[in-house]
Amino acid sequence: MFRWSLITLLSIAVIGVSVWGYQEHQEKNAILIQAENNYQRSFHDLTYNLDLLHDKIGSTLAMNTREQLSPQLAEIWRLTSMAHNDVGQLPLTLLPFNKTEEFLQQMGDFSYRTAIRDLDKEPLSDDELEALESLYEVSGGIEQELRKVQNLVLDDNLRWMDVQLALVNNDEQADNTIIDGFETVEKTVEGYSEGKLNASMMGTSSKKDGFAILGDEKISEEEAKKKMRSLLRIDEETKITVASTGEGANVPLYSGSYKADDTTGYMDVTQNGGYPITLMINREVEKTNKSLHEAMQNAKDYLSKLDFTKDLALVESNQYDNVGVFQFVPKYEDVWIYPDAIQIKVALDNGEVLGFVAKDYLENYHEREVPEVELSEEEARDKVNPNLKIQEDHLAVIEDDMGEEVLTYVYLGTLNQDTYKIFINASDGSEVRVDKLKQAEMKY
Amino acid sequence: MKKKITICLIIFTISSFFFIDGKNDQVHGFSNQVIQHGATGDDVIELQARLQYLGFYNGNIDGVFGWGTYWALRNFQYEFGMEIDGLAGQEVKQKLEDASEFDKAYVHEQIQQGKKFTHYGGVDNEKQTEPSPTKQKETDRGQQGGNQQQESNQQQNQQVQQENDQPEATEEDIEPTAVNMPQGFSQNDIQIMANAVYGEARGEPYEGQVAVAAVILNRVESSTFPNTVSGVIFEPRAFTAVSDGQIWLTPNENAKNAVLDAINGWDPTGEALYYFNPDTATSSWIWSRPQIKRIGKHIFCM
Repeated sequence: MFRWSLITLLSIAVIGVSVWGYQEHQEKNAILIQAENNYQRSFHDLTYNLDLLHDKIGSTLAMNTREQLSPQLAEIWRLTSMAHNDVGQLPLTLLPFNKTEEFLQQMGDFSYRTAIRDLDKEPLSDDELEALESLYEVSGGIEQELRKVQNLVLDDNLRWMDVQLALVNNDEQADNTIIDGFETVEKTVEGYSEGKLNASMMGTSSKKDGFAILGDEKISEEEAKKKMRSLLRIDEETKITVASTGEGANVPLYSGSYKADDTTGYMDVTQNGGYPITLMINREVEKTNKSLHEAMQNAKDYLSKLDFTKDLALVESNQYDNVGVFQFVPKYEDVWIYPDAIQIKVALDNGEVLGFVAKDYLENYHEREVPEVELSEEEARDKVNPNLKIQEDHLAVIEDDMGEEVLTYVYLGTLNQDTYKIFINASDGSEVRVDKLKQAEMKY
Repeated sequence: MKKKITICLIIFTISSFFFIDGKNDQVHGFSNQVIQHGATGDDVIELQARLQYLGFYNGNIDGVFGWGTYWALRNFQYEFGMEIDGLAGQEVKQKLEDASEFDKAYVHEQIQQGKKFTHYGGVDNEKQTEPSPTKQKETDRGQQGGNQQQESNQQQNQQVQQENDQPEATEEDIEPTAVNMPQGFSQNDIQIMANAVYGEARGEPYEGQVAVAAVILNRVESSTFPNTVSGVIFEPRAFTAVSDGQIWLTPNENAKNAVLDAINGWDPTGEALYYFNPDTATSSWIWSRPQIKRIGKHIFCM
């Protein structure tokens, strides 16, 4: 009797466990398939979009009428952004696939810029046609390679989840067809991009020299340490760890950090010239005793004691809980130099500076010859949308879409309840940029 | 005769008390700080309420000195013949106090109860607020704020939806109902980033957390990554915290502050696009990237 009941019980348990296990297994499979399908969709979308892209570039080359060209280029721009989006949804982050993504970006930039241009006044130049031809060639190469991968995926029922697994386990030997395929695509693009794509033409390598202010004179690690101690406001006893940056840094730095009871600090100093570039002091700030205005005065005083220009204009001031964050730009003969911005953070409990960033300032600062304005203030004002009620104005140097510095009239104006900042080019009166300024956000 | 004098004296003292009291209330309304654009807190609430009383300010009385308050203040300075600088200093406050009334109890009560309200001069308080907090939610769902009986003719009818954070709060510490946000970001964006930073780097020093947030932002800027914060964070295999679900832990204040710093421009990484933990990194490819620096346990690279 006992034996039988035991057997029955055990059998029920076994059946129960198997049913449960089976259901779990089913569920897991369903989720895996769903994930797999997401990947598959992105992948097939990608190949389809690249197909289309290749064809569109081809027909653009054959086109002659300007009326058709602009919409066509806009279409190319749309396709590149879709393809870019698809790439972002595939598990390719740790695969060397940047060259292809860069190509998509270049293609997008190029088509956007030419599409918005008035092609009647300024038709495609020979250089641009040449660039378009090489882009056509590259996109053809990518299309072909991707087609091959797609074919393999469909024929052999390859799964992206395996790519995922291969990448997770990082088996050097893992012979994954999809990974290999994408590496071939990457090599194809690399081959082209070295020879044929004129980088300056595509506007991607418009990196300015930058950091001209730093000079050639290097400071030693000891000097850097001394500088850090004074700016981090710590004495000789506190231990400070300093390290130099590696080969990847665009400007060599000394980075120092320290840790005390309730405060930590971090700071970067340039090796050339010994300029402080980033300062961060982190501690609890629990109360607001000082007004934002007072904090701003402190910030200004603080900056004027550093090796930066003395004449600063306040662009932005914000209070976040118990700290104030300000953005200053240098003023040069009443012209605000927006590219040389400095951000600074002040604790509102005792008005102490908690950090600043001078990267933009150090990167862009140089002796500028601010050009004379060609448009009078009234003429520029006429270019602003008449519905806008202009409240404030000043002159400023800003960077336009192409990264060129232009002299502009800046107008702060209101339209209904919103405030806008409008930049009007001081030489030709074009609207360089219109920013809607952020309102405070309601707490949810 | 003596009686009369005593009565007179008593009346005089009592009335003088009243007089001083009333005066005191007015002068000590504001703290003696200069209020400027971007500030938050009690003073800003009073400033907004007073500007609204005079009809300069039509926005929400939310305790954040935004652009609307700024232009209102400048208009006030213009109308009252003061220097127009958009700063609320002693002179401005004095003139405001002389010209307007501030029904502190009423305003604070409205904010604490989370009601929509306005504070225009010459209009009965009853008519500037909602009937009762219980009915408020129903009307909110039913109809979109068409419930108000504002009778002021020229003044636009602005309503404030107030959040009720601390119902028990005393009059002294009333919380603003809005917050400053960096251009182009919302509280929710910051929340998502804080989640990612907390999941990825909660054991790291503060600068290490700012660094991770900065990498996310550098990727958004970069042409080879998605162009949105969520696109970058949820890119497959981009962050381990996303893959293993640690991103859904609740972030602490530190992570949020780190994100805010990164958005405001702090980037200790030197424009890095990748980072990895050398002890656990499995990809050989990541080691081939040009390295910038090491912060905490992470190596940051291009």
